[in-house]
Amino acid sequence: MSDETNNQGIPAPQGTADIIETEYEIGQDNVDGSVGPFGFDIHNPVFAISGIAIVAFVFFTLALPDQAGAIFQGMFNFTTKNFDWFLIGAADLVVIFALFLIVSPFGKIRLGGSTAQPDYTYVGWFSMLFAAGMGIGLMFYGVSEPLSHFSSSVGGTAMEGNLRTDWAPLSGALGDQAGAVRLGMAATIYHWGLHPWAIYAIVGLALALFTYNKGLPLTIRSAFYPIFGDRIWGWPGHVIDILAVFATLFGLATSLGLGATQASAGLNELFGIPMGSTTEVILISAITAIALISVLRGLDGGVKILSEINMGLAGLLALFTLIVGPTAFLFAFFWDSLKAYIEFLPALANPFGREDVNFSQGWTAFYWAWWISWSPFVGMFIARVSRGRSVREFIICVLLIPSIVCVAWMSIFGGTAIHQVITDSFTGAQSAELPRQLFQMLGELPLASITSFIGIILVIVFFVTSSDSGSLVIDTITAGGKVDAPATQRVFWCIFEGAVAIALLLGGGLAALQSMVISTGLLFTVILLGLCYCIFRGLQSERAENK
Amino acid sequence: MYKHIMIPVDLAHVNKSEHVLAVVADLGKHYDATVTYVAITSNVPSPTAHNPEEFANKLAAFAKDEGSRRGHRTAFHCVVSNDPAVDLDNKLKAAVEEIGADLIVMATHIPNMADMLLPSHGGKLARSTDASVFLVRHR
Repeated sequence: MSDETNNQGIPAPQGTADIIETEYEIGQDNVDGSVGPFGFDIHNPVFAISGIAIVAFVFFTLALPDQAGAIFQGMFNFTTKNFDWFLIGAADLVVIFALFLIVSPFGKIRLGGSTAQPDYTYVGWFSMLFAAGMGIGLMFYGVSEPLSHFSSSVGGTAMEGNLRTDWAPLSGALGDQAGAVRLGMAATIYHWGLHPWAIYAIVGLALALFTYNKGLPLTIRSAFYPIFGDRIWGWPGHVIDILAVFATLFGLATSLGLGATQASAGLNELFGIPMGSTTEVILISAITAIALISVLRGLDGGVKILSEINMGLAGLLALFTLIVGPTAFLFAFFWDSLKAYIEFLPALANPFGREDVNFSQGWTAFYWAWWISWSPFVGMFIARVSRGRSVREFIICVLLIPSIVCVAWMSIFGGTAIHQVITDSFTGAQSAELPRQLFQMLGELPLASITSFIGIILVIVFFVTSSDSGSLVIDTITAGGKVDAPATQRVFWCIFEGAVAIALLLGGGLAALQSMVISTGLLFTVILLGLCYCIFRGLQSERAENK
Repeated sequence: MYKHIMIPVDLAHVNKSEHVLAVVADLGKHYDATVTYVAITSNVPSPTAHNPEEFANKLAAFAKDEGSRRGHRTAFHCVVSNDPAVDLDNKLKAAVEEIGADLIVMATHIPNMADMLLPSHGGKLARSTDASVFLVRHR
């Protein structure tokens, strides 16, 4: 441990590490003061630009929903059609880089200096990784995605001119039920396995490395020090951080939108409460209010406790479905799905010359943009709770273990639903709208009203943890990397996440949410690729220091 | 009358806290009590320090300096929190019990509307610990 201190706020971590010497003092560009009774401590100009742009966006979408809807649709089509190859290829590169880090000698480097100790236990750490990383998505797509790919695959391909109009992955599996199941599961796992977690791991690692080992503030721009040097404290850095705020906010709003539609579908199934935008707006407002309480209770008192409760509940629901569902089938299904994933991965991950345009653009490219838009948020959250882990431990725990858990989750929920279609000829879930499918599947199992109720609770609590940790992260970025800025700022961002979700749902529904995600996600992909390079440079200098 | 006085300090803003620091030193001398300076830090780099150990060193130096400058007996207590913006009250409460303080001296602001949402730290401590609490208004 170094006893050396100076007034710049950027001295040495525990044990050996390669500090970046910079004149920048954390918070030096911040403006602090108070609005009425509420204090603030915000980065100038990151807070102002992102705040004003988002307020303007909410007003525009609510005032002119028709025009906004058309613009959103146009953006979605343009991005997915023209940049699908870029998104798919970038995600592949990130996976390869993450796997390389596990086996490379860089794996030994410890985040926070060579003698740093972890702040959280594995259980607490994993719960937060999951709740932040996927949460609502697992609930929303756990049943619906395997079912959708299975249905579209078994339907085979359809052509109009020389363009495929079907949604089947690759070449589909016309009439071949077993083949369609394998292809459907491979496609699902492709979207929920290594690729998304590699994206999170890279952003998380970049932030953790440059904060804990290099002594720079906890914001995305810090990771770009190897490229920009001290210019990172000026406009190049502002642009990176503002983009990160946009991506986080729209990524979160999409998940909140999905969560609201699913919770409202669940309430409709269970209690007959009418679905529609009124219910969703009320839900988003009510859940945002709960999130506010959690926000004000902080990281350990709010998010951590809720994440652990939710992981427990989600585990119980999965275990219950596994036991009362087709148990033996599901065990075999898990291995078959994993094998199918490995078999189809090269074809699914191929960025060029794809014929399955609807699948690769509408599903894969959208997913990648969505995960990438979530990555500053999840990455920063992961970084914040990962001090003291080695690079190898970090990547294995953030990449491999969550991927396997996702395969298990998708196999249990998707497998049960597919089993219901194939063996029991029950097509209720298959033909239902996406948000309802989970509840239709659970409806066929014993104790349906209890499990459906747990399902709704899970969606709501995941909603709260996402909104809470999202506010924490956006607040840190817009406070120039400070984590002790007044809590009222988190309240502001928490309310705005809800407002953006409501604005986007009213101004064009989920399509609007998705098009904003894909646009900001695309821009952030460039940043993601830059991060890979910066991590490499950062680890190189760290290793040289450790020798 | 008092044996152990605790004062929470924000190392980033000690230059704005001259008044309360003078008050606590006077009290320490008057009662011949030890004054423990308590500060809270997170584990990410901050304007003050860049890890908890370095923060503790700075706090120790600050406490020692106060003692030699004002002539009272001092000690320090460093608390690490994952979320200092929100955890402050709980951590301060735990610190009171841990060091066995019987008087807490802390700076406080004029009451305002925001206290309804985020109550003042001094008020919360008075409600939740056995120690006496002396709130010193900013001058």
